[in-house]
Amino acid sequence: MINFVSYRKPAFIISGILVVLSIIFMFVPGLNLGVDFTGGTILERQTAQNVTTDQVRRVLDEATPNIDLAGAVVQILDRPNQFMIRTRELSNADIIQIDQAFDTEFGSLIELKTDVVGPVIGKELVRNALIAIVVSAVGILAYVSWRFEYRFATVAVLCLLHDVLIVLGFFAITGREVNSPFVASVLAVLGYSINNTIVVFDRIRENRRVKKKQSYGELVNQSLNQTLTRSLNTAITTLVVIVMLVIFGGSAIGDFAMALLVGILLGTFSSLFLAGPLWMTWMERQK
Amino acid sequence: MLSIQSAKEESHLRRRDAWRIGIIVLVLIASAVSLYISPFTLGLDLRGGVNVVLEADESATTVTNESMNGVVSIIERRINALGVSEPLIQRQGARRVIVELPGISDQQQAIDTVGATALLEFKDPQGRTALDGSYLKNVQLGTDRYGQPAIDLEFDQEGARLFAQLTTGFQGQTTTIVLDGEVLQTVMIREPILEGKAQITGGMTIEEARHMVVLLQEGSLPVPMKIMEIRNVGPTLGQDSIDRSFRAGAIGVILVLLFMAFYYKLPGITADLALLIYIVIVLGVLSAIDAVLTLPGIAGIILSVGMAVDANVLIFERIKEELADGKRLRSAIEAGFNRAFATILDSNITTLITAAVLFFVGTGGVRGFAVTLGVGILASMFTAVIVTRLFLDFMVERRPDTMAKHFSSGGLKR
Repeated sequence: MINFVSYRKPAFIISGILVVLSIIFMFVPGLNLGVDFTGGTILERQTAQNVTTDQVRRVLDEATPNIDLAGAVVQILDRPNQFMIRTRELSNADIIQIDQAFDTEFGSLIELKTDVVGPVIGKELVRNALIAIVVSAVGILAYVSWRFEYRFATVAVLCLLHDVLIVLGFFAITGREVNSPFVASVLAVLGYSINNTIVVFDRIRENRRVKKKQSYGELVNQSLNQTLTRSLNTAITTLVVIVMLVIFGGSAIGDFAMALLVGILLGTFSSLFLAGPLWMTWMERQK
Repeated sequence: MLSIQSAKEESHLRRRDAWRIGIIVLVLIASAVSLYISPFTLGLDLRGGVNVVLEADESATTVTNESMNGVVSIIERRINALGVSEPLIQRQGARRVIVELPGISDQQQAIDTVGATALLEFKDPQGRTALDGSYLKNVQLGTDRYGQPAIDLEFDQEGARLFAQLTTGFQGQTTTIVLDGEVLQTVMIREPILEGKAQITGGMTIEEARHMVVLLQEGSLPVPMKIMEIRNVGPTLGQDSIDRSFRAGAIGVILVLLFMAFYYKLPGITADLALLIYIVIVLGVLSAIDAVLTLPGIAGIILSVGMAVDANVLIFERIKEELADGKRLRSAIEAGFNRAFATILDSNITTLITAAVLFFVGTGGVRGFAVTLGVGILASMFTAVIVTRLFLDFMVERRPDTMAKHFSSGGLKR
């Protein structure tokens, strides 16, 4: 039997540090918001030959001097003959001119993807994403308070905020792009995290009814150990498919899968080392 | 006495099994039929095409519900005239229209078709509008006297009267033909035109002329629309995304199946069968509700496979505990299912809450993800409670000793 409760101090400290760091990372260096949020243009193109970011930049500088592309981000995608340019909102005429330049320089240009997003849409997306997270949290809080009790609910929501914040921090420090699918993956993490926590709390509630004399520490430890195999097996099967998405998904789905990967690792950690011990600490303080 | 009772019990079990088998077969058939009749509609991110978000320009006119509906129906007719298959034109909120044009890769064409207000005006020499495109009765592709493409216009009665007024009043002067504020042509009025016919000529290709005919024929938008967002996915990327996610999904599912079989042995294999049925059901339900399959949606399905196993794992772990407490196999399974179900319900409802929020707040791909997540959760509850249970009962009847041994031995030692 693993004594989870005995690790609560280091677990709280590590989590606390990670959450604080994540919040700092969200300001410095800050989240790499994609055009979905900021507005702007994304061009993904494929050419006949392998290119480097320098080559792409050179074409942009030399062939389209009339278009202001200062601050444009150039990135090579999964394959060396595919690249991406991210820049401000461009007109269609600008895009056509840029495409012609690439076609002349590198040959047989294929348009993979073009996104042009106005600034208004981006602002709405930020607002909707925040609404989604807040409404989900409130909904879960209400449901868990009703089915269990408010302390379980509060701890569960704290755990999922912990998971989501660290995913955001991870994306900020690694400079991965935050876009509209990222919002979906964060909410999936939220769903997974709450699911895990509830399984543990469900067991604590059940054990509490049966053995009234147990200390909170014993109760939490027993419940965590009883649900441990389940927690690990579910984490394994879920992680297996996500790792496949990370490996084979390519650029279109890679970041989405990466957010899930980090989030599910965190969700597993918080349901084992944070949820029960936090609840226990709360209960003991109240005595 | 004992044998009579067990025979009774047996017939009760048989009847219950018959019910379960019936339900499963029905659901499977329904799923298969639905997949056969209405295969998936792929989202634009998978099959390629142009997605345009337009917003009414309120600085020009006041926007009403009727005028926005007018915008939608005119855009619809323009797109139909172009022959785009399965377009989607949808109002979003009070001032927005979303247009999806699958299979179109020319962004400029999409912008011209969807975004143009198409307000045609004839201006007198002072620059005042004498008449506009709303008086047009007929628009046709024609040729000018040099054989170049031209557009033949025919006005209705009122238009003909206004046009006659213009051409009579300003004979010897010029009229300017303007489309959406852009001068198409400035023409010298040689003689009064009384029969209400005119021709726009000069400097256009046959495609441009044809396009303009469509725009003028369907009329101008009652509200000028601004393009807020354009997304264009080429067919190469779409196919690539399908291939990649299919590969990731297939390998992921195989690994999950292997894990369950190795970890839980015979009961694990029954869970694997249930998982395969789960996949068929999820795909069937998604096709039945006409869900549009997007890239995040596929990721959602793949993710749900990993999570669907959860219900089975919860149940198996419970059964193991009940066996460890000294219960006999049958009653351990009974108790395991009952106790695990409460947990499954509570944990899944919280996940359903997030799926519902995602659905109502999200747009496009995010929404697709929410639908697959929600359908996945419901289907996994169904398969765990009905399908896995049936298979377990079946196996327990055939191989009671093996099942008991595998349940007790599988997994971590406590």
